[in-house]
Amino acid sequence: MSFGLSLWLSFFAVAVLVLVALFGVEAAHLNYLFGVIIPYAAFAIFIVGIIYRFLKWAARPVPFRIPTTAGQGKSLPWIKQNKIDNPSTALGAFVRMIFEVLLFRSLFRNTRTELRGPILSYASAKWLWIAALAFHYSFLIILIRHLRLFIEPVPFLVKTVEKLDSFFQIHLLGAPLLYITNVALLAAVTYLLLRRVVIPTLRYISLPADYFPLFLILSIGITGALMRYFYKVNVVGIKELAMGLINFSPKIPEGIGVLFYIHLFLVSTLFAYFPFSKLTHMVGVFLSPTRNLANNNRAVRHVNPWNYPVKVHTYEEYEDEFREFMKDAGIPVEKE
Amino acid sequence: MAVQKPEELSKIDYKPPKTSWMDTPAELRKDMFCWGNKEKSLKTVGFPNARAWSVADEDWKLPENWKEIFLEGLKERLSKYRSFQLFMDICVRCGACADKCHFFIGGGDPKNMPVLRAELLRSIYRNYFTTSGKMLGKVAGARELTYNVLKELWYYAYQCTECRRCSLFCPYGIDTAEVTILVRELLNLLGLNIEWIAGPVANCWRTGNHMGLLPHTLRDTVDSFQADLETITGVKVDYSFNRKGAEILFVNPSGEFFDPVGNITFMGYMLLFHEIGLDVTLSTYVSEGGNFGFFTSNEMAKRLHSKVYAEAKRLKVKWIIGGECGHMWRVWHQYHNTWYGPVDFLKEPVSPITGTKFENAKSNKIVHICEFTADLIKHGKIKLDPSRNDNYKVTLHDSCNVSRGMGMLEEPRDIIKSVCNNFYEMPPNTIRENTFCCGSGSGLNASENMELRMRGGLPRANAVNYVRDKFGVNTLANICQIDRAALQALMNYWAPDVVVRGVHELVGNALVLKGEKERTTDLRGEPLPGKEAK
Amino acid sequence: MGLENLLTHKRSTILKKWSDVVIETYPPETAAFLKRQKDRFANPVGSVVFQGLEDIFGELLQGIDYERVSAFLDNIIRIRAVQDFSPSHAIAFIFLLKKVIREELKKEIKENGLSKELLALESRIDELALLAFDIFMQCREKIYELKAMELNNQTYSLLKKAKLIIDLEEQESCPNGDNTKNL
Repeated sequence: MSFGLSLWLSFFAVAVLVLVALFGVEAAHLNYLFGVIIPYAAFAIFIVGIIYRFLKWAARPVPFRIPTTAGQGKSLPWIKQNKIDNPSTALGAFVRMIFEVLLFRSLFRNTRTELRGPILSYASAKWLWIAALAFHYSFLIILIRHLRLFIEPVPFLVKTVEKLDSFFQIHLLGAPLLYITNVALLAAVTYLLLRRVVIPTLRYISLPADYFPLFLILSIGITGALMRYFYKVNVVGIKELAMGLINFSPKIPEGIGVLFYIHLFLVSTLFAYFPFSKLTHMVGVFLSPTRNLANNNRAVRHVNPWNYPVKVHTYEEYEDEFREFMKDAGIPVEKE
Repeated sequence: MAVQKPEELSKIDYKPPKTSWMDTPAELRKDMFCWGNKEKSLKTVGFPNARAWSVADEDWKLPENWKEIFLEGLKERLSKYRSFQLFMDICVRCGACADKCHFFIGGGDPKNMPVLRAELLRSIYRNYFTTSGKMLGKVAGARELTYNVLKELWYYAYQCTECRRCSLFCPYGIDTAEVTILVRELLNLLGLNIEWIAGPVANCWRTGNHMGLLPHTLRDTVDSFQADLETITGVKVDYSFNRKGAEILFVNPSGEFFDPVGNITFMGYMLLFHEIGLDVTLSTYVSEGGNFGFFTSNEMAKRLHSKVYAEAKRLKVKWIIGGECGHMWRVWHQYHNTWYGPVDFLKEPVSPITGTKFENAKSNKIVHICEFTADLIKHGKIKLDPSRNDNYKVTLHDSCNVSRGMGMLEEPRDIIKSVCNNFYEMPPNTIRENTFCCGSGSGLNASENMELRMRGGLPRANAVNYVRDKFGVNTLANICQIDRAALQALMNYWAPDVVVRGVHELVGNALVLKGEKERTTDLRGEPLPGKEAK
Repeated sequence: MGLENLLTHKRSTILKKWSDVVIETYPPETAAFLKRQKDRFANPVGSVVFQGLEDIFGELLQGIDYERVSAFLDNIIRIRAVQDFSPSHAIAFIFLLKKVIREELKKEIKENGLSKELLALESRIDELALLAFDIFMQCREKIYELKAMELNNQTYSLLKKAKLIIDLEEQESCPNGDNTKNL
């Protein structure tokens, strides 16, 4: 599939989603469907799907201990081991995973070079790491902030996060305090999308499955930001809806505004799409055998559950074939 | 090449068609691929679809149900390897790996970007094994497995050296080597291998080594090393084959018996073992540590490598030392113990000279020669005269497998720094875990694919060139037999005047033997510094 | 202003355009990488091409020292000789310079009546092309030589081995530095 087609197809798919929600709520008045049924269904698909995915992977055996070693291994006592990049214990592997999952250490490697050179080249490599971090952490913080809709009273943690997130105390034209993560998320997603469009290498390897989630998340971010900063929506009503959903006594308050339904429908789509897509890397990364295993197979034997005996050319067969040659060359044999 | 019309020739601003990779069929170019396997090579080890075929032919003489076999095989492997299933599912195509492959860097073929190389198979996986792929087809990045697609898979599976450099940069640890290993397994279900791998595998199965050297030939070969060493050092070095009751079994890549560069490395081992009086034996039955079965299928790798432990058991040795080899050490470090263990008939390795316990090898009982030698040097158990290597300005090429599949980085450096006075590192992003492949690994060091090897080796050669120009480096040390064979051709093309040497060749030169005569030449018969003919 | 002054003056623009058209002889995905990655170890092809073109251009301006310029040409051609280029495409990058100069300095050449000087410069470029052709052939010959050498050594070793089965002949060591196959 060509680049243009992949890109536009993904774009239109998201546009159609927006229109579906718009007409569904504005014209067909399916508020209950979009406000209750779809979110419930999407969340159920998400939970079941992710668990299914995880179990499917976890059920697969790990026949071999194949960590990618990225530093000096455990060896002679006076040789300094790189315990994070080449762990020899489960604890070491755990620390390596922490670095991997929380700091994207492997992605950071892209920038690690001690050579002097034009700054641009290193920067361009570092951008991916920065954007990835900004994207994932913003997303996490925004998720945490959204908890205020589901919990009453609002927990201290959520309030603290909100406070920190609006640390700079910027007001956009009289709008509420600006959240740093809103800007960061939108900027990061835009960057991640643009690099796929602009860099030919990336364009070549990208599929609709790469553009679609980016467009989807971008529109979720935009609709969210619009609601917060520009078009006031009925926050009290939204909280009522959210609390209803979480307490399994859903009801649809009046006057929430269609923008919210669009936002919610996009989020629902993301949740439902998640388990079937590459987004499952969020779970998969924890299971990656090249990262989460200690590099110690010479010291501690790793067991392959489906190990089976194989046919080996035995010494006896070998000697039978070459006995005379061996005897002539004075090499000891079993049978004279 | 087809004859081009003048107007075509002058059309120099040529650009390839802007079709997506799925719609661009692979063109199998001569000089890039290795010859297909011979019938007899597959027959010897009982592999399916043994027949005469040629890569250049339209018809690869596949079984009628080839597609079914391939897909069944794929399904089976997805269920047996968590790595494989994960790597099919979680790639986000972020592109971090794209420019890390030496074949892409040196050759520029987009399908050599690791992500795309894996997508070649992922697209098939999606088409037959995922709901979205079945329903949405191309939109979900899925495609049919056709005859041409199969050829493409073959072409690119044998353009990956399984060096794992890409996996270092992947945020999820996706390892293209793992994908290539399993694609090659699948291809072998259809009798699609290359002779440069299949031939050695068959040889190794029957004769114990890739070269097909018979017992007496091995004896003669080592005899000739013995004679050469006596000429050079005045000391008669002892050795033995298949000797029961020896303390240690020594296993090395058989290329060291065959290839002139490897020969000298082996002579280095012989001198060392003699000097410290190590109770060690060689074996003709396992005269191979390098395991081309690993480039065929995991089962074949196990079939060949199991012989090592079987022989250790038969000879009643206590433990095993392994020579300088790359993938042999990946296999020993990460696979062998799992295949064959528990190895309770051997003893936990302890150096009889220094008393050092090799804790890191206490379960599989196999120690790397560099670990062993580094320990000897640390304890001052051997006398060294590094000035004998003063003609050499040395840099070290880290072997991919030893770096990224084991993590032995300091030992060879410690050794080199003790036996040479002039050691220079290549730039940091080309060594240690970042090392660039020689371009010929994983069984691709044939001659017919010389162009592929030269491109693949360019990033490595480029870094060598840098230290050659900057420090006058003239010696490329390494601890891998494929390196020793392949890098010399690479140097001849990209960095003439640089000579490839095994680390234990340098050890052999510097090692001062008890009762040796005054040496005038190095182990290659070249004059030592200050001993040149006047 | 003479042509040489003009070239010196517009050096960076011409070099930029020349390297752009040379890089564009690669697939677009690859070209992007070659241009973007500036680390000479992560991107040997790109850095050699950029450096090489600059050096060659310098030679053209200062007067050609054939030994030096051969080395510069060699750096680029040695790479193109092992990539997917036909011989004509492999050395075409030299001719591309003519095109770039003509396009870039069209106006100035006309205004200052420099066509004679341009002709002289172009024949110097033609000489470079001839030289490039020789170098390309040397590189290709080297590849075949390496192939032949490996195969010869292999055959030699195999023959020797075959003979050994019959008469246990004394083994001679191969010539130093030769590269026999090994596995």
